[in-house]
Amino acid sequence: MNSSARPVLLFSGLDRRGRIFLSVLATLAILVLFLNKVIPASSSLHLSTYTVGLLGKYMCYAMLAMAVDLIWGYCGILSLGHSAFFTLGGYAMGMYLMREIGTRGVYGDPVLPDFMVFLNWKSLPWYWHGFNMFWFAALMVMIVPGLLALVFGWLAFRSRVTGVYLSIITQALTYALMLAFFRNDMGFGGNNGFTDFKDILGFDLTHDATHLTLFLITAIALGLSYVVCSYIVASRAGRVIKAIRDAESRARFIGFRVESYKLWVFVFSAVLAGIAGSLYVPQVGIINPSEFQPVNSIEVVIWVAIGGRGTLYGAVVGALLVNLAQTFFTSAFPELWLYALGAMFVLVTLFLPQGVTGLLAQLRRRQPRPVARAA
Amino acid sequence: MRITYVRAAGRAFGFCLALVCAFGIQLATAAGMDLPTALGQLPTASFEDKSVIIRGLALSHPKGSRELLQAMLDGHVAVRENDKKVFIVSDDPAGYALTDPLTDKSAGTGSADDFDTVGMNNHLRKALRAALAQFDLSSPDAAVRSAAVTEMLRSIDDTTAPILQGQLAHEQDSQVRRLIKEGLALADLDDSLPAPRRLAAIQALSGSLNPDVYNRLVSLADPASDADPAVRGAAAKAMTRIESWRSFYGAIETLFFGFSLGSVLVLAAIGLAITFGVMGVINMAHGELMMLGAYTVYVMQLILPGHPGTSTVIAVPAAFLISGGVGVLIERGVVRFLYGRPLETLLATFGISLILQQLARDVFTANNRPVESPTWMSGLWQINGALSITYNRLVIVLFTVVVFGALQMVLKRTRLGLEVRAVAQNRAMARAMGIRSQWVDAMTFGLGSGIAGVAGVALSQLTNVGPNLGQSYIVDSFMVVVFGGVGNLWGTMIGGMSLGIINKLLEPYAGAVLGKIIVLVALILFIQRRPRGIFPQKGRAAEA
Repeated sequence: MNSSARPVLLFSGLDRRGRIFLSVLATLAILVLFLNKVIPASSSLHLSTYTVGLLGKYMCYAMLAMAVDLIWGYCGILSLGHSAFFTLGGYAMGMYLMREIGTRGVYGDPVLPDFMVFLNWKSLPWYWHGFNMFWFAALMVMIVPGLLALVFGWLAFRSRVTGVYLSIITQALTYALMLAFFRNDMGFGGNNGFTDFKDILGFDLTHDATHLTLFLITAIALGLSYVVCSYIVASRAGRVIKAIRDAESRARFIGFRVESYKLWVFVFSAVLAGIAGSLYVPQVGIINPSEFQPVNSIEVVIWVAIGGRGTLYGAVVGALLVNLAQTFFTSAFPELWLYALGAMFVLVTLFLPQGVTGLLAQLRRRQPRPVARAA
Repeated sequence: MRITYVRAAGRAFGFCLALVCAFGIQLATAAGMDLPTALGQLPTASFEDKSVIIRGLALSHPKGSRELLQAMLDGHVAVRENDKKVFIVSDDPAGYALTDPLTDKSAGTGSADDFDTVGMNNHLRKALRAALAQFDLSSPDAAVRSAAVTEMLRSIDDTTAPILQGQLAHEQDSQVRRLIKEGLALADLDDSLPAPRRLAAIQALSGSLNPDVYNRLVSLADPASDADPAVRGAAAKAMTRIESWRSFYGAIETLFFGFSLGSVLVLAAIGLAITFGVMGVINMAHGELMMLGAYTVYVMQLILPGHPGTSTVIAVPAAFLISGGVGVLIERGVVRFLYGRPLETLLATFGISLILQQLARDVFTANNRPVESPTWMSGLWQINGALSITYNRLVIVLFTVVVFGALQMVLKRTRLGLEVRAVAQNRAMARAMGIRSQWVDAMTFGLGSGIAGVAGVALSQLTNVGPNLGQSYIVDSFMVVVFGGVGNLWGTMIGGMSLGIINKLLEPYAGAVLGKIIVLVALILFIQRRPRGIFPQKGRAAEA
C-alpha cells in the first residue's frame, strides 16, 4: 500500500487485490459487450439483452452490498435498513423518469404523472418540482439518502445507540418508510410506485443499446465505488474507522471523535446506496414501496456475509453469487429457494465467518505448505 | 215536579252513565278475569267485550291464557257452533285439529264447517300484542322482559304506559329499567303533549346513550323544528350532555382498544424480551415461532372437529411445547455457537425464520388457514348505547395478564427462574456457583419460544393464520422490547401497553398507517434520548 507515495493517480492507491478486482470487472464488462453485440443471436454463446439487464441489476446490488460492507465490515455498524437509502435513490431517479414520460402517459397530461391524474390531483406537489431536469434528479439521488442518513445517524450516534439496538431502529426506519410510501397521498404512486418509463435523457428505454449503455455505466460506477471505498478504508480516517469497529471506547479515549467518523462513513455509505438505486430503476423499469421491506435489507447483509465482510470485493462476490443462485433456484426449484437462502444464513454465520473470499484466502495460505514440504 | 223528576232522572242517568263509564274503564284496566269466565263470554262477545276479556286475562294471567291470546292473535281460535265451546285450532287434513284451551290437551279434530273463527280487528290485535307483552313482563328471563318492553313501547298509549310504569316499580334488571324509562320518556316527547311534560321527558333522557334518543333530541333541537323554544333549548342542552358522555365512552373504548392491541404486542414481545434480556440474543425467528403456535390451533381443531373451545384451550399448552421444543432445537443447534456475537445470531436466526416460513408454506400451503373461534370468544358485550366490547378482545387482555403473571411466577418463584436471573446478571459468577449455564440458556430460549407459541394461539383468534403471520409482528415486537428496556418484564408490559394505547389514540386523527409511522418515528427519537429503554438494566451486566 503505497498510497502516499503516488497520490496523483487514484488507482495507484489500490493494492494487488484491488487491481485484480478492477481487471476482472473490466474483462467481464467487455466480455458481456462482446457476447451481446458481436456474437450473433443464433449462437448459443450469445448473451441476450435480458441477461445483460439482469447482470446490470446484480451490479447495482453489488454496489449496495459494498455500501453495507463499508459500514458493517469496516465500522461495525450493522444497518438493517440500507435498502431504504437504495430505494430512496431509486425513487428520486423514478421521479425524473416519470416526468420524462410527459404527454406519452395514458392520460396524456404534460405535467402530472398518470397516477396523480388518476387521483384527481390538480397540480404537482412542491417536492416534484425540478425533477424534470436530469441534473437535479441526479443531485437528489445523492442528497435525499445522504440527508436522511445524516439526520438519522446524527441522532443515533450522538446518543451512542450501538449494536443490536441500532440494527433494530434502522429496521424500524425502513419499515416506517415502507408504510409511508404505501400511502397514496404521499404523492409517490402508492403501492404501484412508478413504472411505464419511456426514456432517459432522450434515449428510449425499450432499445437494447440503452440497456447495454446502462449496464456499462453501472459497471463503471461499481468500479469507481470500489476505488473510492478502498481509498477511504486505506486512508488515515479508514484506519480510525477500523479502530472504532474493534474497540469503540478505546478509540474514543485516545481522542478520536468517534461519532463524527461513524456519521460520515454512514452518510457516504447511504449516498453510495442511493446511487446504486438510481442505476437500478431505469434497468428494471419499476420502483415500488415493497423495495423498502426490512427483509430486503437483511438479504443485503447476508450477501456481504457470504462474500466475506471487510474486503469490499467480497461484498461484490457475495451479491453476485447469491443473486445468480437465486435466479438459478427460482427457475429450477422455486420451492427450494427459501430453504437454500435460509440455510446459507445459518451455515455462513456458523462456519464461514470470513465468507467465501475468506475461505479462498485460507485455502491459498494452506496450499503452499505441501509444496514447501516436497521441495 | 214532573220536570224535576225528569231532571233528577236525567241527572241520575247521567251519573249512572258516568259511573258505568268510569267502572267500564276501571274494568278494562284493573279487573282480572279467570279463564273459564273468559271462555264462556268469548263466543258471544262484541269487539268491545273481547277487548275487556283480553285486558282481564292480561291482568290476572291465569294458566293457559297466554296460549289463548297468542292463538287469538294468530286467528287460531274458533267456536264450535253446536255447543259454543271455544277451541284453539290448527290446520289438519280433516279440517281442524282441536286443543282445549282450559286443559291444553288435544280434543280431537273437527270439520271447519262446524266452527266459527273468533273475529279480530286491528284494534284488538294491538291490544293482544300489548297483552302478550304484558305476560312476558313477568317472565323470569330479563331478555324476554326487555323484548316485551320493546314490543309494548312500539304501541305505547294510555293503557300500556301505566303498565310499564307499574313494571318499573318492581323491575330488578337495570337494563330493562333503563329501557322502560327511556321508552316512556321518548313517548312523552310527542309533539301533541304539553311543553312541561316534554321538558320533564328531556330531563329524564339527558343521561341516555340510546342512539334513538340522541336522534330524536337532535331533531327536536334543530332550529327549524316547530317545538316550543324552551323545549328546543332543553333538547339542545341534553344533546350536548349526551354528546359529552358519548365522547367519554368513546375515549374509554379507545383506551380498551389500546389495551387489547397492547396485549397482543406484549404477548408477541415478552418471549423476545426473555431471550434478549437474559442471553443478549436477538431471535429473528420469534415471529415464526408464533406462527407455529397459531398453526397448532388449526391442527388441534382438525383433530377435534366441532369443539373449537376445547381445542383452543388444549392448543395453549400444546403450542407452548411445540414452539418451546423448536426453540430448544434452535438454541442447541445454532445459537449456542454464536454467543457473544449478537449480530451473527441475528442473521442466523433470520435464516431459520425463512426456513420455517417455507416449511409452513409447504405443509399448510401459502393460503391462510381457517381457525374457528370458541363460542365464549365471539359476540359483543353491550355495556350501554355508546360502549360495547368484543369478547375476543376481552379474553385476549385477560389471557395476557395470566401469561404475564405465570411468567413472573416462573422467574421469581422457581429454581429455574432463580438460575435464569443469576445467569442474566453475571454469567461467570453463576457458573462459579455451580449453575449449568448452558442448560439454563437452552431452557431460557425454550421458555421464550414457548411463550411465542402461546402468543400465536392468541393471535390465531385475531388475525389470519398463514405463513406470514410472524413477519407482520416482528418489527412491532422488537420496538416493544427496545422501548420497554431489556431484561425487565414490567418494562415490556408497560412498553407494549403504552405503544398499543398511543397507536389507538393516534388512529382517529392520523389514520391507522400514518399513526403507526408517527409511533415508529417517535420511537426512533425516543431511543436517542434513552438508548436502553424506559427501564434500563442497571449494574455491570448492562455494560456487557
